[in-house]
Amino acid sequence: MIDEEFSTELLGNHPYLSHRDSIDWLTVESPPEKLFQFLQSLRDLHGFDILIDLTAIDHGEEHENRFSTVVHLYSLVHRGYMRVHSVCSDNDNPAMPSAAEIYPAANWHEREAYDMFGIKFTDHPNLKRILMWDDYPYFPLRKEFPLAGIDTPLPAADVAEVTDATVEPAPMMGGPFVSSGSGPMSDSEPRAKDESWTEEMEKGT
Amino acid sequence: MGNISDQLAYNGKVEGDVIVTRSDAVINWIRKHSVWPMPMGLACCAIELMASAASRYDISRFGMEVMRFSPRQSDCMIVAGTVTYKMAEVVRRIYDQMGDPKWVVAMGACASTGGMYRSYAVMQGVDNIVPVDVYVSGCPPRPEALLDAMMKLQDKIGNESSVRNLSKMQSIASI
Repeated sequence: MIDEEFSTELLGNHPYLSHRDSIDWLTVESPPEKLFQFLQSLRDLHGFDILIDLTAIDHGEEHENRFSTVVHLYSLVHRGYMRVHSVCSDNDNPAMPSAAEIYPAANWHEREAYDMFGIKFTDHPNLKRILMWDDYPYFPLRKEFPLAGIDTPLPAADVAEVTDATVEPAPMMGGPFVSSGSGPMSDSEPRAKDESWTEEMEKGT
Repeated sequence: MGNISDQLAYNGKVEGDVIVTRSDAVINWIRKHSVWPMPMGLACCAIELMASAASRYDISRFGMEVMRFSPRQSDCMIVAGTVTYKMAEVVRRIYDQMGDPKWVVAMGACASTGGMYRSYAVMQGVDNIVPVDVYVSGCPPRPEALLDAMMKLQDKIGNESSVRNLSKMQSIASI
């Protein structure tokens, strides 16, 4: 059982941890330099044998510590989840120890977090982009990156030469196209939020 | 004096074993009834594409049942799904590997315009990299819509000047 007792014991055994408020699962804050060691002991000593998810958060440019990573773990022993949160100390070159050696499932998750946020996972066996192409110059899920994209050359130079195609910002008129997330299905499909402006007619301020 | 249809149709008694026609008409007639599709299935549209090949919609009625996964053996690329910028290169290369004459059908909203994916990762219409002959609307289109598009493509093939084939070659060169 992952309860109050478990949480107190865990925090007692690992003095570098701190508790973090969460609406659902037990969540702890681990300093990056201790993260590898902590995950190892979670797997080997505390029965957290499955890595459910590993992702990153960009808190925004104005935030003191911009990037953090979140690891979601499941334990078949305790039949419950827990979450480990770590803050990257450097905003310009965010880095985090790789968990791929402990949980092989982390390999691709870390590549995705690197691809989207530019967080370097140190000692990762194969840290390269997984979704965007290798020489893509931006990290698209960072807050300052526009959803429509930025003009970039096409990945294949020869195709770009014959077709004159480039990676260009997508037209966003009426967008973004999001679901309201509530109400009947027929009304909550993704659709243009603001249909008052088009490519010809500028968006009102 | 027979009825009017006898006079218009081929009459073996009068004409013997010889048929006189235009070579355009013969070549186009052969081409339009043996369009072998290259299924460029990239997303959910590919499921509808598969449905149109199955028995209920039966694309083989139009001579198109031979889905070729080798571009060397196919005539019509059906781009079924979201073309990302990363995939665009592959789509173009496969198109380049198809032998002439070749046609492209953009199936569904994503292949035609990028659809709902107005984002940094998705090409806003496959016509940015290959010349498209027929666009099909829908998200995804029903198999009937694809069949309709393929019949429109057959009409288009039937009206091409295939002997000189100038218009087709020029349209390729301009892309």
